[in-house]
Order: sequence, then C-alpha cells, then structure tokens
Amino acid sequence: METFISEFGTIWGAFLATLSLTALSGVLSLVLGTVLATMRVSPVGPLRSFGTAYVEIVRNTPLTLMFFFWVFVAPSFGILFPELGFWPAVVALTVYTSAFVCEALRSGINSVGIGQAEAARSIGLTFGQTLSQIVLPQAWRTAVPPLISVLIALTKNTSVAAGFAFTELVAIQQRLTNAHPSDGLFIFFGIALMYLVITIPLGLAAGQIERKVAFAR
Amino acid sequence: MSGSVLYDAPGPRAKRLDNILNWTFSATFVAVGAWIMWSWYQRGIFDDRWQVLWDPPKGQTGLDVWWSLGQGLLRTLEAAAIAAPIALVIGGAIAIIRRGAQSRLLSGPAAVTTELARGLPVLMLMFLAKLVFGWEPLWSVVFGLVVYNAAVVAEILRAGLAALPKGQREAGLSIGLSPMRTTLLIELPQAVRIMLPALVSQIVVLLKDTSLGYIVAYPELLRTIKSNRDFFGDRYLIPLFLVGAIIYILINLVVSRMATTVERRIRERGAGEAEPPEIGPTGPIPQSGVGGPAREEGAHAGDPLFGRGRPASTQVPTRDLRPGDVEEQRRLVEREERRREEQRHQWEKWDRFNPRRDNDEDDEK
Repeated sequence: METFISEFGTIWGAFLATLSLTALSGVLSLVLGTVLATMRVSPVGPLRSFGTAYVEIVRNTPLTLMFFFWVFVAPSFGILFPELGFWPAVVALTVYTSAFVCEALRSGINSVGIGQAEAARSIGLTFGQTLSQIVLPQAWRTAVPPLISVLIALTKNTSVAAGFAFTELVAIQQRLTNAHPSDGLFIFFGIALMYLVITIPLGLAAGQIERKVAFAR
Repeated sequence: MSGSVLYDAPGPRAKRLDNILNWTFSATFVAVGAWIMWSWYQRGIFDDRWQVLWDPPKGQTGLDVWWSLGQGLLRTLEAAAIAAPIALVIGGAIAIIRRGAQSRLLSGPAAVTTELARGLPVLMLMFLAKLVFGWEPLWSVVFGLVVYNAAVVAEILRAGLAALPKGQREAGLSIGLSPMRTTLLIELPQAVRIMLPALVSQIVVLLKDTSLGYIVAYPELLRTIKSNRDFFGDRYLIPLFLVGAIIYILINLVVSRMATTVERRIRERGAGEAEPPEIGPTGPIPQSGVGGPAREEGAHAGDPLFGRGRPASTQVPTRDLRPGDVEEQRRLVEREERRREEQRHQWEKWDRFNPRRDNDEDDEK
C-alpha cells in the first residue's frame, strides 16, 4: 500500500503513457478500419480481396507477434522508427486493431436496411455518396457497442507494449513488484484500478452514445 | 455479400468503369508489390540468409533449427492444452453457479470476479503469478490464460443460458429437479450447443494469447525464434520470423475454420429438428432426459405410439431405500397403472384418426 502511494508519481506517468497509447492508436485504427471496411464492401474486386486478406491475416496473428515484427523484424526491411517504444507500439496496435474495427463496422454496414441503400441508389447517388451519406452514418451507430468493446480490448492490449521497451502500466507493475516483492498484491490491485479508470468510463460512454444516437428502425 | 446492397448490377458503362478500376487497382497492387520486392532485393533480403532454414551457419544443421522451432511450437500448444480445459471447466462452473444458485451470497461475488477478470490485461495476470506468487513461467502463462478465459467462457455461457426458452427451466423444475440440477442437466447442454462457435473462437483467442509467454520468459514459439536469432545473428531473423508467423496463422485459421464448420453443422442439425417428427398427438418428445437407460423409457413414456406394447411393469429407476420410500413406490405404481389406463384410452381415441397405424405397428415389432 505504501509503495503504491509513494510511487504514485511513477504510476501516474505510466497511466498517462497507457492512456496516450490507447487514444492515439484508437483514433488511427478507427480511421484505418473505416478505410478497410470501405474496401471490403466496395465494388472493386482487387480492393475487396486486399481488405479480406488483410483482415484474415491480422485477426489470426497474435498481437505479440505483431509487436515483434515492428520492433525486431521491420528494421531489417528498412523501416526504422525514430525511437523504440512508443511509435512501434502505436503502429503495431493500429495495424492489429484496425482489422477488428473493420469487422465491427462491416457488421454494422450489414445491419443497415436494404431499403436505405436502395433508396439512395434510386435517387441517383453513386457508391461513394451512398456509403458516406447514407450507409456509414447509420452503420456507425449500430457499430458503436462493438466498437467500444474493440476499444476496451485495445486498452488491455496496450499492455503488450510492456514487453517491447515501452514503459506503461504493466511495465511499471513489473518494475515495482520486483523492487517491493512483499507489496505485490497491492501493486497489482492498484494497477488494476488504473485500467478500470480507463475501461469503465468507456463502457459508460458506450451506453450514453448508444442512447444518444439510437434511431428508430 | 453486403456489397450487392450498395450498388446496382452494373450496366454497360459501369461494367467498363469496373473493368478500368479492376485493372488499375490490380496493376497498382502488382506495381507496389514489385517495388517492395525490388527494394528488399536491393537491401539483400533475398541473399543467402534463407539458408538458415536448411543449411544454417555455426556448425548447426537445418534439422537443429526445425527441431528447436518444433519444441517451441510444442510448448505453445502445451500451454494452450493445459489452460483451455481448465478455463472451460471453471467458466462452466461459474456460469452454473450464477444461474443455478439461489443465494446471492454465491452469485454476487461470482459476477464481480468475472467482470474484474475480464477487464484486466492477461499479461498483468501472468506477471502477478510470476512475480508475486513466484510461479514457473509455464504456470504463470497458464494462470493468466485460465483466469481471463474462464471469465469470458462464463460470460459466453451466461448469454447462452439466458437465450434459452423459459419453458426449459420451468420443465426441469416442474419434474422435481432442483434449480442446480435443472441448470446442469437441462439448460447447460443446450447452452453449450448454442454457443459452441463462440467457445471455439475463444479457444483461438487463448491460443493467440499463449504468445504473451514470450514476455514472461516462457520458451514458446516466438521466444524460440528470438533465441534462434540471438544465436545466429540478426541477419537470419526474417526467414525465422516468417516461418513462425506462418505456423501461427495456419493453426489459428484451422481452428477458426473448425468454428465455422461447427456453426454450419449446428444450423443444419437445428433445421432438421425444427421439423417435428410425427409421432402422435403429444408431439415430439425432447431427448434430453435424466440420463442412463431410464432415458428411453422416460422419453417414450407419454407416447402412445412407442409406449404401446411395452411390458406393464415399467421399472422406476432405483436408489437406496429411505424411510417412506415403500409408500412412495406403491403410490408410483398406482399412478403408473392409472396413467397406462388413460393412455390406452387416449390411444383408442387416436386410433380412429390415425391412418398410419398399421405401418407403425410393423415398426414396433
């Protein structure tokens, strides 16, 4: 308990690190995931194949393997990051999470009524217009709950960065527990609390947004 | 395919456009791919480093490399094979407790624990086991996987149990089963069947998460690749990594495919069941009985077609005698006789309406 209080500065820093990693890779994977979902429903064959291949491969890759790739393998391919730690983690998490965002959005797109797309087409909108003006705004709303669970999973997934030279909450847990072995359980529950501080508001926000953007079918 | 909703069947102009787009994007992909390959070639990615897979340096043979990778794969599968059954059993137990237990004393803490365990990173749980409990890497990995996945399995099964028709539980309670036995014998088998695809995908997640063992120093596949790299040098990382990635992706694809197959089979079987077989005025009798040889009797007990022609002395499943049992038995026998009487009566009535009777009698012989 004492350790938790005396080391709170360190833990707070780690909490901010986890939070910024979650926020940045969350936003980026939402963008990339939307692009991928557009590809997967587009009328252009090669784009569809690319989207499908991407999602299938990434979803079946362990996240640790993804981190390993960007940290150890990518330099051999000539992809160098300015510094180890934050940026490889952002890229790994974005590449990984965007596949799940894509799937959540695609299920949202599938849930939009056929009549909506048909109506859009019958007034002469093109594919791009149909998607961006009519279908995606509705798909987003249906996709909000699964998207929030993807974001909650992302929050937990940032912990993998602890194994790849980024100091966030789990890395701090490891360091503090090594330094104060007898306080291990307190540190564990303290760090757990930090994660819940991120995930519980996300869950609550999910409920709020769901209620706010709910629309009659 | 959802795409067909978003665009019309192409006319001549759209077909031309599609063609152009297809070729443009295909060409772009090929060009980008070729450019990447070329730049890799320039960096020497395709030089003799691939020999590490069959003729590695430092006096090793290709067999040694593959042997060590195989060992790593085995340890990955070992962790998953230990963790998966335990997680399934504990998850099932939690779901049963939350469903079947009458007291909040049991179900309340179970709910809180599952929520907490689901909300924490698996890696954190692994570090808890490794650093605080001081466990071996293998058991730390198993601990993390079990705690997290048991919570998720409990949640999946809870959803499955909640999705069952209310009548199932009521039927179980009304034939005198305790709430716990109703959950265990009647609801759980059905819930497992409904949620089987979700359970299999959770196994894929578990299998993927074994790679977190890399971080807690469990020598699984990824750690083996790393130690091979440390031994042979950074040059040889790309071939080794590629092999590892392909192994991981293949295994997960196979298990995911299994999930799809299971899902389809369930849907097919479910469709078969949706058409009730014509066996009499009481309709189909569900096969989920209390188990044992008494099941057949029980299943057909109320059935005038198959129940007919059975010996009059139906054996009631026995257990050790308790005080009052003799009376109970006599009452049961009396009830049984009364029921047979009614059945015969019902059958005679049914007889008049059933043109298929003769055939069915043949079946009965």
